[in-house]
Amino acid sequence: MIKHTAFALLLLTVPVLAQANAGGDTAGSSANTTARPVTGEQVYVQVCQGCHMADAKGGVGAGRIPALAKNSNLEDPSYPVSMIVQGRGAMPPLTDLLNPAQIAAVATYVRTHFGNNYKKPVKEADVKAIMGQ
Amino acid sequence: MQTHTTRRQLLTAIGMMGGTAALYQAMTTMGHAAETQFAGPPNLSGARTGASVLVLGAGLGGMLAAYELSKAGYKVRILEYQNRAGGRNWSLYGGDTYTELGGATQKVGFAPGHYLNPGPWRIPHHHRTLLHYCKSFGVSLEPFIQFNHNAFVHNEHAFGGKPVHFREAAADFEGNVAELLNKAIDQKALDAELTTEDKDKLKEALRGWGMLDADMKYKTNLLSSEHRGYERTPGGGVNGAPIPSEVFKFRDVIDVQVWKNMAFFMNHEMQTTMFQPVGGMGMIGKAFAKQVGGMLTYNAKVTKIMQDKAGVTVSYTDTATGKATEAKADYCVCAIPLGVLNQIENNLSGPKKSAIAAVPYGNQVKIGLQMARRFWETDDYIYGGHSFTSQDIALVSYPNYKLFEDGPGVLLGAFANGAGAFRLAGMTPEQRIEAALAQGAVFHPKTYRKEFQTGASVAWSRVPWTMGCCARWNEETRKQHYQTLVALEDRTVLVGEHASYVGCWMEGALLSSLDAITRLHKRALEA
Ligand SMILES: Cc1cc2nc3c(=O)[nH]c(=O)nc-3n(C[C@H](O)[C@H](O)[C@H](O)COP(=O)(O)OP(=O)(O)OC[C@H]3O[C@@H](n4cnc5c(N)ncnc54)[C@H](O)[C@@H]3O)c2cc1C
Ligand code: HEC
Repeated sequence: MIKHTAFALLLLTVPVLAQANAGGDTAGSSANTTARPVTGEQVYVQVCQGCHMADAKGGVGAGRIPALAKNSNLEDPSYPVSMIVQGRGAMPPLTDLLNPAQIAAVATYVRTHFGNNYKKPVKEADVKAIMGQ
Repeated sequence: MQTHTTRRQLLTAIGMMGGTAALYQAMTTMGHAAETQFAGPPNLSGARTGASVLVLGAGLGGMLAAYELSKAGYKVRILEYQNRAGGRNWSLYGGDTYTELGGATQKVGFAPGHYLNPGPWRIPHHHRTLLHYCKSFGVSLEPFIQFNHNAFVHNEHAFGGKPVHFREAAADFEGNVAELLNKAIDQKALDAELTTEDKDKLKEALRGWGMLDADMKYKTNLLSSEHRGYERTPGGGVNGAPIPSEVFKFRDVIDVQVWKNMAFFMNHEMQTTMFQPVGGMGMIGKAFAKQVGGMLTYNAKVTKIMQDKAGVTVSYTDTATGKATEAKADYCVCAIPLGVLNQIENNLSGPKKSAIAAVPYGNQVKIGLQMARRFWETDDYIYGGHSFTSQDIALVSYPNYKLFEDGPGVLLGAFANGAGAFRLAGMTPEQRIEAALAQGAVFHPKTYRKEFQTGASVAWSRVPWTMGCCARWNEETRKQHYQTLVALEDRTVLVGEHASYVGCWMEGALLSSLDAITRLHKRALEA
């Protein structure tokens, strides 16, 4: 029995240590289960638009969300794909939300819409290569 | 062989000899188990004559640095992009206007005294730094009702898609687990782990905790109803006798939404007692601003941060006039969120720049809905607390102020995150309200739309001065970048919730600030 008592007391330390990795203030609800977007346009509307805006013109305040409209940085397809995969600064990596097929679809979509005309489609395999898969 | 007493072995020994109190004291001395890292205000003093500091950003982190450094004798100036201090500590009231990135502008129409806290809204009892300064600066606090057994839990894929009371779901979860564990004991599955005495004790605990009957079954009866509530509650007179409520199917009870919500309330950070300022969370920012009022320059957008042997030069633009200016000081406390800082030209080191660029932020969306009548109180007996849902809005949370009044109330109609929050953020403010009404109505179908008057929303990914909610660290980024990020580099130090392990809490911003200025002051005295 002594062994058990000492063990129980040691358990007291566990929550204190675990708390160091707590995720901050959240709703505490389960992840939502609503259907995932499929086409490039759906991915754009349901993910990218939350930042880059419906017209893809971005916005400027203290920080700046760059326009994807008429953006010559999209010419090299690996650039938008790596942005989506790795993120940078206030652009988060989106791989826990989107799979390679969805990333390919949305990269193709932004490269062919909003005044961009880079016709060559981005393939799922291209995305996987950049993800090191 | 070398004998080496580990910390754990030592604690075990202390625990066995002196009991819990001795163990706790020992752990506290060793820096564990204490509820806070706050050791009181830093009491810095003796700054060199004329030494100066520029603080960038008037959030709580920046303002606390300014307050304590000026007390220590520094000449302090704060540059703030907005025409308001407080940063993420912020409340929206009737008459306020908010313009998000992209230009969508909302005029808030809440009734006087009502508000939406777009960012922080609750304070744990162990956030001692924040509570200390609230008291020092005269901020009145009232309870924040965190845990409400009578609020709802909803998942589209459980309980036939109907919301159930948290109380019922949690009681059934615990009752069923108790019954199953008892079965495992009876089937001798736990004989290797437990002595006969332990088994007896545990069975007794399972019976009492899980509301099991004489046959150790969790069933529809008055016992289970004591936890989950009744079909007809106990009353007086002729029909005084209670009628038990029917327990749910176990398959529904083990739904992810149920245990996630139960576990949520067990988080150290989410445990009661919690508090909120009277009149809105923004009261804290206002109280801090009063302390540092003379040091503040508003409408100052920092565009460049350069340091050299002689000092720090910060360029900023007056957002009202467009005029570009330079400010100089001996030291710089930069309390600007990382996503914005990443876009500001600077001559910090390469590793520091990589650290600044490496930490993505959350994308929470909050929506406030003013209802003409407090129907959740009058019709559902819900006073504060949260109803959770698997839909994009994630929850509906009920106001903790003006309880029992006849007039309106402002609900938190969404606290979305992840995919759901991106969907809401991509909408116009009007579409967001529409979505919040459609989804929130699952809890209050007869009244939700009918009583709605006016709403406001804040999508943090479009907030012009953060472009995100809070820093999202993980084990990998912590290991690779955290120490680099918080290190004092020449004359500049970064401050904010992102420079702490209490991420996405005001407490983290304050603890980061106190630690940073203590190091800065030491270096300034040594220079
Ligand atoms: C949705 C949400 C819910 C939260 N819930 C809670 C909660 O319940 N409890 C809790 O304790 N915490 C909560 N938090 C976290 C809390 O809000 C933060 O940890 C804290 O307020 C951060 O303070 P800070 O000083 O680090 O940054 P901020 O408050 O963001 O301050 C940064 C300041 O820098 C200014 N700035 C930005 N760019 C520039 C520039 N270029 N030039 C000049 N100034 C600039 C900004 O305008 C701002 O005033 C929540 C946050 C969010 C987003
Ligand atoms: C949370 C907000 C957010 C979301 C969601 C988001 N972005 Fe971004 N994006 C940004 C920000 C901010 C930047 C600028 C980053 C920086 O400061 O370096 C950016 C930069 C980019 C760039 C680089 C632009 C350039 O010219 O350098 C591309 C390409 C891009 N985003 C594409 C996308 C696509 C496609 C999606 C959807 C799959 C998406 N983004 C989703 C915020 C976001």
